[in-house]
Amino acid sequence: MARRIASSPTIGVAETSFSPLVVRGPSWDGRFTVLVLFLPPALLLFTLFVVLPIGEAGWYSAFNWNGFGRPTNWIGFDNYRFVFQTRAFWLALRNNGMIIVVSLAIQLPLALSLALMLAERFRGAVALRMLFFMPYILAEIATGLIFSFVYDGDYGLVASIWRTFGAEPPHLLASTDTAMLAVLIVIVWKYFGFHMMLFIAALQSLDKSLIEAARIDGATRSQTLRHVIIPLLYPTIRLSVFFAIIGSLQLFDLVMPLTRGGPADSSNTLVSFLYNNGISRMRVGYGSAIGVILFVICVTFAFTYKRWFMRDE
Amino acid sequence: MSRAETTQTALDPALLFKVVFLAVVAVVVLVPLLATVLGGFKSLGELRVNPFGLPDHWEWQNYADILLSARYWQLLRNSLIISTLAVTLTLIVASMAAFTFAHVRFYGSSMLLSYLTLGLLFPAATAVLPLFIRVRDLGLLDTYLGVALPQVAFSLAMSVLLLRRFFKDIPYELLEAALVDGCSYIKFFRYVTLPLSRPILATVGTITFVNSWNAYLLPLVMLNTDALYPWPLGIMVYQGEYSSEWNLILTFITLTILPTIIFFLLAQKHIVAGLTSGAVKG
Repeated sequence: MARRIASSPTIGVAETSFSPLVVRGPSWDGRFTVLVLFLPPALLLFTLFVVLPIGEAGWYSAFNWNGFGRPTNWIGFDNYRFVFQTRAFWLALRNNGMIIVVSLAIQLPLALSLALMLAERFRGAVALRMLFFMPYILAEIATGLIFSFVYDGDYGLVASIWRTFGAEPPHLLASTDTAMLAVLIVIVWKYFGFHMMLFIAALQSLDKSLIEAARIDGATRSQTLRHVIIPLLYPTIRLSVFFAIIGSLQLFDLVMPLTRGGPADSSNTLVSFLYNNGISRMRVGYGSAIGVILFVICVTFAFTYKRWFMRDE
Repeated sequence: MSRAETTQTALDPALLFKVVFLAVVAVVVLVPLLATVLGGFKSLGELRVNPFGLPDHWEWQNYADILLSARYWQLLRNSLIISTLAVTLTLIVASMAAFTFAHVRFYGSSMLLSYLTLGLLFPAATAVLPLFIRVRDLGLLDTYLGVALPQVAFSLAMSVLLLRRFFKDIPYELLEAALVDGCSYIKFFRYVTLPLSRPILATVGTITFVNSWNAYLLPLVMLNTDALYPWPLGIMVYQGEYSSEWNLILTFITLTILPTIIFFLLAQKHIVAGLTSGAVKG
């Protein structure tokens, strides 16, 4: 899969014309130097800080270990059993599922309709694009804090609206019924602009003659949209869905300033569950088991998705 | 799609719907941000009764206090050091690797590239606990490098892919001519490839910078000393200290996101192109 990403679209001038150089002595020396000097730093860093830690997560997950000394207390698959027996884990999984559903059912259609409106040229279109993209570049932490103000029951914007109607303001983030809903709203607010930009980029590189041809053949605006433009956007939509799901699975930073996963674990995601139960208590084995579960979900999803939906990209 | 349609009369219901829709979204995006900036200019009492509007009495003290505090500048300095480290290392390491993958054919090349691109699939959170132990064993806990190195490692996959694609588009005849003239691969890299690749280097640099500047989980795990905290950590500590003095917290938020906003306004095209192309081409 990775190989396909890497080598497909750029097969260009360089690919075929290399062979003559192989026979030349000096250039081989030059290339050998490059090979020995240029490649190891990247491979070393990647192996040391990405691949090995992920492998180690699998190894540590078989121990009951607090991170000090060497892991010795082998407990097999017990950590996984403990994770699966924790109600909060299933809540976190459910919340990740909800994030995915909201991303796909609300965020992407919103992003797509905005893109269709803003891909056209009119006064203010560029300014609006930039405005809508702005939440995406704000740090999750800052966004979360801004919205914990928005939702604040005493000082917040929501409270103020409630009071104008004479109602007692709710503490949205402090109730198990509403905390997750509040987080979901922030997620849409923060990420729709990114998907919108993906769609705008795709719309602008569409072959305009196809659209014109459809119009000349008498297709109405909505028919053109439905039967020409949207199908042409399928590759981007598939990509956008992919990013939405992978991003949803790894959501963490945004949750911390809003709720820290609470109250009563009602708004945990898998990663905030991992943080609260593994990292912050230095339960290396247990935390690693959660990490491995997350890893398996992400990698399985990525491979399945690429195989089923992105075969030719 | 044409200009004529969008400038039709205002009575067109489709156009009216569009204008209203865009306006509503714009308001929803803008209001929380504006309320945050303005909140810093209000007293706590006023914030409570009037969180939306302009302040009756502009309170400059909040902003002045934070701008004059060592704490604020220290957070930004820490973030800047970490992000600069991450960007510099990523650009050096990734461009060298990408150059090799683009221009040197060797046995196992595509296998190694596939190996690196696996990094695109791995969730960073899985690696965090073992990373903590590794960084601790290397003696890098509580250092800038202990945060930056894993960030570089996790950004390599995307960076190498983007750079390699660009390097491959540099005409091969250039390299051939240079080699014939006695230029070495390394000199070619230094004096031809890199200068020609400024746009893609800017893109990769931007992606890495934004990710590192905004990062929370990794510095949270790797740093224990307040004096080393980057701003996302510092702002959480600040919020913990002034838990319900929202006017101060809002001031602090405004001032810490200010660099991001300025950077964004100055280089919006680069940033949008960078962040979306990173996604699309990855």
